[in-house]
Order: sequence, then C-alpha cells, then structure tokens
Amino acid sequence: MIVLKGIFKTFGDKVALKDVNLTVNKGEALAILGYSGAGKTTLLKIISALDVDFEGTYLFKGIDVKKDPEKVRKCITMVFQNPVMFKGTVFENVAYGLKVRGYCKGYIKEKVDEVLEYLGILDLRDKNAKRLSGGEKQRVAVARALVLDIDVYIFDEPTSNLDIENIKVVEGTIKELKRKGKTVIFTTHDLLQARRLSDRVAYIERGEIVEVGETERVFKDPKDERTYRFVSGMF
Amino acid sequence: MAWDYIIEGLLEAFKLIISGDPELYDILLRSIKVSGLATLYAGLIGVPIGVILGLSDFKGKDVIKSIFNGLMGIPTVVLGLILYLFLAPAGPLGFLNLLYTTTGISLGQMILILPIVVSITVNSIESIEEDVRYLALTLGADETQMMMKVIEETSPGILLSLMAAFNRAIAELGVALMIGGNIFIKGGEMNTRVLTTAIQMYVTRGEISMAIALGIILLSLVYLISMTVNYIQRRWADS
Repeated sequence: MIVLKGIFKTFGDKVALKDVNLTVNKGEALAILGYSGAGKTTLLKIISALDVDFEGTYLFKGIDVKKDPEKVRKCITMVFQNPVMFKGTVFENVAYGLKVRGYCKGYIKEKVDEVLEYLGILDLRDKNAKRLSGGEKQRVAVARALVLDIDVYIFDEPTSNLDIENIKVVEGTIKELKRKGKTVIFTTHDLLQARRLSDRVAYIERGEIVEVGETERVFKDPKDERTYRFVSGMF
Repeated sequence: MAWDYIIEGLLEAFKLIISGDPELYDILLRSIKVSGLATLYAGLIGVPIGVILGLSDFKGKDVIKSIFNGLMGIPTVVLGLILYLFLAPAGPLGFLNLLYTTTGISLGQMILILPIVVSITVNSIESIEEDVRYLALTLGADETQMMMKVIEETSPGILLSLMAAFNRAIAELGVALMIGGNIFIKGGEMNTRVLTTAIQMYVTRGEISMAIALGIILLSLVYLISMTVNYIQRRWADS
C-alpha cells in the first residue's frame, strides 16, 4: 500500500532522512521508534503527503505521491503530537474533514456525534475547542481523524503528555482502527506501547531506518546493534 | 495667560462639535469616505498579495517582504510629491485628471497604506500558517479550501491590518494636501478638504478652536475604530 524507495530529505545542510526504504501493508500497524530528532516526524509528514519536497520515490496504492499529493491526502490523515485546534466549537473542528469532502449536513451531524460519543467527549460538542485541556484537545484531534472513513491513520506520538485515561482512549482507538482493517502508523517513545499496539516496528536513527521487522522479533532478537541498544534501554 | 487661548479653543471646539456645525461634519464625512475607500482598495489588493506571500516559499520572498516593510514608513510628503509629479497636467498620468479630486486622494492613500496591509497580513499568516495549513490538508482540504481556512484563522490579523491602514490614511496630511489641494466651496461638489488638511489650514489662519475641534474628532475617530477592532478581535478569539 505504501512504498518508499530511496527517500532523502534535507533541511539546508542537514540531512533529515537518508535513503529510507519502507513498505507498509494494508491493515497493519507499524510503530516507528527512535530518539528525538531521529527523523520520525519528518518521515510521517512525507508518508502523509504533507511534504512532497524530497528525493526518491513514494508510491501510495501505485500513485506517485509527488505527482498527486492531493489525491493521496484524501486517503491518509495525521494526528499531530501537539494538537492544533481551529477556531470554533469542537463540533466544527471534528466536522471540518467531512465538510471539505462535501458531505451533507445531516450525515456530518450524525457522524460527528457518533464519534464524539465513542470517544466520550459528546459533552464537549459545543465548547470552544481552543479552550480545552491538553487531553481533551488530543481526543478532539483523534475524533477529527476518526470521523473520516479512510485507509491510513498516522499518529505522531499521540500519547505523549497525556494522562492514563486519555492514553487508554487513544490506544483503544488505534486498536479499533486495526480491528476495522485500517492501516495505522504511529511514533512513540513508549516501547511497551509499541509492543502492545504494533504488528511491525521500524527503528530510525539519524534519519536512517536501521531495522524493520515484526514487533516481537525486533524486541526479542534485534539484528542491528543500534536497535538492540535502543530496545534494551542502553542509551 | 499662556493657557487661556488653549482653554478657549477647547471650549469653542466642544461647542462646534455639539452644535453640529455643518462645515465640520461635512469635512468629517468626506474624510471617512476618502480614507474608507483607500482602505477598501488597499484591502482588495493587499490582502490577496499578503495571503499569497504568506503561504508561498520562494527565493527572494524575504526581499519582497523587506520592501513592503520598508515602504510602511514612507514619508507622506514624499509620496505626495511623487504622486503630484505623476498626476500634474504635464505629468505622465495627467490625462487621468485625478489631481485635486477625492478619488485622487483615495488612490494616493491606497498606495500609502498598501504596504501596511500586505506586511501585517503576511506576518499574521506566517505566525500560524504551517500548523493550520498542515491540519487543513491532512483533514482532506484541497489547496483552495486550505487557503480559505488560513484566511479564516488569520482574520483578526487581517482586520488589524485594515484598521492600522485606515488610521494611517485618515491621519496623513502629505498626500491629501498635495493631491487634494484642500479645496472647499460651500455647497460645492468638488470639495477635497479632509480633516488633516483642514486642521493645517485653520492653524495657519489662527482659527484655533476649529482646528482643535477637528483634532478632537480625528483622535476620537481613530480611537473609536481601534477600540471597535480590538473588541471584535477579542470576540473572535473567544469564538
């Protein structure tokens, strides 16, 4: 479904991604692990077609992402680490993705309410989204993604800075998406979380994907010394 | 006494304001119309330029931004002179017959305030652009929908740019004097006298009370607009 071949990304003189080759299959959950500044968010922005200024080839369902990023963005959505809220109510925020897709008002109302209820934030429906707490904002951000019935969901460290209750909600959502056969890609610093939620993990260090493999195999028997040091907590 | 003529002027000024002096209100209405039109033109041209500049990333963008920033401080007398040279009957744009007309003043003020509208709009967009842009795009917006969302999110900043532009236009003297010529004939249809040119003239003629009255009106107008815009911005932020 997602095929990245020889991806290089630079910011001035700094190489952010170096010869990244990665394949993500339909319906799998991939955790991308790595230290801060390793290039995880840069990679996610490329996968979500938000950044098409890179060298290499990225094919999504056979579509060359550089040629038609808009089409690809209709199939992929990303939840950011620090959730940004649009002006307006929680309802308006969650409804935005459906509105720009041209759905009718009745459907939008029904769908948004259903997702808000599922995430336990229906009571926040008419509240000013900018005035919510961090955890509530993250739930709204998840709701904005969840309301869209699309192929790929990307989460950039979705549970950092969240309390246990909100972590449970986010993790439950990722599990539910997996159950529905959706493709989920997420980054996390929490190794246990990666183990709980992912089918495969990719370890990235200094912009280079060092190792990709099935989660349990990578944690129990990492092939690369750098992966071994990371998963065994030898910082 | 040193303060007497100021106090007398102030008292007389309040009398003129309260009595609804027709000449005074005629000048006020003309000023609002001339500078309002200048702000409208500058908004129609400057906001799209600011949005495009704010959203785009190309070589030389910083140079263009610096030019607009620099032009924000252009002396109005110099701009008035340049425009006069162009619009004078013997000048390259003399055939437009804009000299000594209110349309001429509006267009001159539009040129004066355009850099303000562009610069503040660009800054507003750049301050939130990336976050909002990425969010709109990842939720499925196309380029046009994303741009509309960015404009919506930065609307308080754009409103601020228009307010600053209007205040600069209505308070400037150079362009209004050199292009307008401070023409006033009772009942005349081609009058070009505005608040600033009138204040300058009344001071020169020693009619302090009328100058003070117009000064009070000008200051009140500027503050009223600033307070209204601040109120709207606060309401917007809360919405």
